[in-house]
Amino acid sequence: MSSKKQCSQPGESTGNSTETRRDFIKKSSFLTAIALTPVTIVKSAEKQWDEKFADIFEKVPLTLEVNGVKHSLSVEPRTTLLDLLREEFALTGTKKGCDRGQCGACTVHVNGVRINSCLSLAITNSGKKVTTIEGLANGDDLHPMQEAFIKHDGFQCGYCTSGQIMSATALVKEGHTHSEAEIKEFMSGNICRCGAYPNIVKAIQEVKGGQPS
Amino acid sequence: MNQFQYSRPAEIASAIKLLAKDSNGHFLAGGTNLVDLMKMGVVVTNKLVDINHLPLKQIQKTPTGITIGALATNSEVADSAIVKENFPLLSLAINAGASPQLRNMATTGGNLMQRTRCPYFFDITAPCNKRVPGSGCSALQGYNRMHAIFGANDQCIAVNPSDMNVALTALDATVHVSGVKGERKIKFADFHRLPGDHPELDNTLQKGELITAVDIPASPFNKNVYYLKIRDRTSYAFALVSAAAALHIENNTIKGVRLAMGGVAHKPWRLTAAETFLTGKPVNEDNFKQAAQIAMQGAKAYEYNKFKLKLAPNAVIQALKMASGIAS
Repeated sequence: MSSKKQCSQPGESTGNSTETRRDFIKKSSFLTAIALTPVTIVKSAEKQWDEKFADIFEKVPLTLEVNGVKHSLSVEPRTTLLDLLREEFALTGTKKGCDRGQCGACTVHVNGVRINSCLSLAITNSGKKVTTIEGLANGDDLHPMQEAFIKHDGFQCGYCTSGQIMSATALVKEGHTHSEAEIKEFMSGNICRCGAYPNIVKAIQEVKGGQPS
Repeated sequence: MNQFQYSRPAEIASAIKLLAKDSNGHFLAGGTNLVDLMKMGVVVTNKLVDINHLPLKQIQKTPTGITIGALATNSEVADSAIVKENFPLLSLAINAGASPQLRNMATTGGNLMQRTRCPYFFDITAPCNKRVPGSGCSALQGYNRMHAIFGANDQCIAVNPSDMNVALTALDATVHVSGVKGERKIKFADFHRLPGDHPELDNTLQKGELITAVDIPASPFNKNVYYLKIRDRTSYAFALVSAAAALHIENNTIKGVRLAMGGVAHKPWRLTAAETFLTGKPVNEDNFKQAAQIAMQGAKAYEYNKFKLKLAPNAVIQALKMASGIAS
């Protein structure tokens, strides 16, 4: 059996040149994992997994577009989209809150639809377009929803904010903004423990009818 | 999460074949329940067959009603013009469940397969007959506020957490499944089961069978419908009790009625005796109260869910009042 190693490089597509503590931990954990994995089963996977199973340690090829940048890499099937975004692409704007689909901090758009990235295995998003909070602004120009959150003080600690904003932009696009009650109902998948809800609703009301993401 | 083997078939036959010989593999659709259970260690699978590439996303009219593909997401079904026009009860029930993000991921087949939210089922350190058959039921003497009042036994008092299932049982849906032995249809009322001696089994699927579609027969229940969900917060919480009511009213007379409850049993709980009582009777609150009383026959509460014995009949009455338009 061949022992060819083919692994994606953390952060390679993001243009980060400075080594951060996060990068260091990530790389050292990665190297530890490699060291502990039998060489014969760390191999590339170029097949279509149609009629057979990928072996248990085998990485599976994945192609997806994140914030307009195309990526081709191999991932372990158990990697969630959230972990891929944060740990491989260093897009740490998407937050890990509960990691169980209960808080909404990990909300991103996949093919324009908002989902909880913590419950989505990365491999199931092959060929899709992902938008994270980092992909909303146009250069230095913030998205109208980001502007509105600042204007209306739609956050306090900020941990839930990227998820709130990703949900809010999707909400406007879905058209569920006819009343305050409807906005609250369709924002209920995003928990804010600081209690910025009234200001979040105000921000959304300002943007509704404006530019969706 | 443990490691597992992964496959992504493009055809239904391949998907079935991949799990045919494996007793511990799982099909993966939206993943909103299964991935969570895998993270918690409640489900430890050795093989995942990703069925998201199977051609099962249709929502179509048929000569006898509509057919919904197993991979149509909860949002796609709830927002479908066909569903909203013909079966508004289904849209109401789906939108009462989960959050928009989860409904965008969760599928029709997956919703049928979702496991109970009993906290002892999720706690891998606690005995649970559903998770580890024969280990005991922690909820029986535990904090059983969310638990069943119908059809339970000492082995398991968990409830089915789905809202969609409550509407589908009221609408007399049929589940289409496919397996190594071929295809078959299961009446919705027979799809989920009571705990009996096998609380580890939520439904009557055979090993390796895959849900392919859910059919709903045409019916006159497209106007006077309501789904009432009572929970600890206004939105995004599982039901303490829910009630689905669909009425066919002509000249203030109930020509036909469908009633079901959620959050009260191991399966979506159809109220057939109450339906029989109401059929042919005039629309009024007194009849609704009597129907609710009939629906509660056989109810049994545990230490912390006695409130459901009052909440459930009141939910049925209120759902009927809302559906018939005598309350708003």
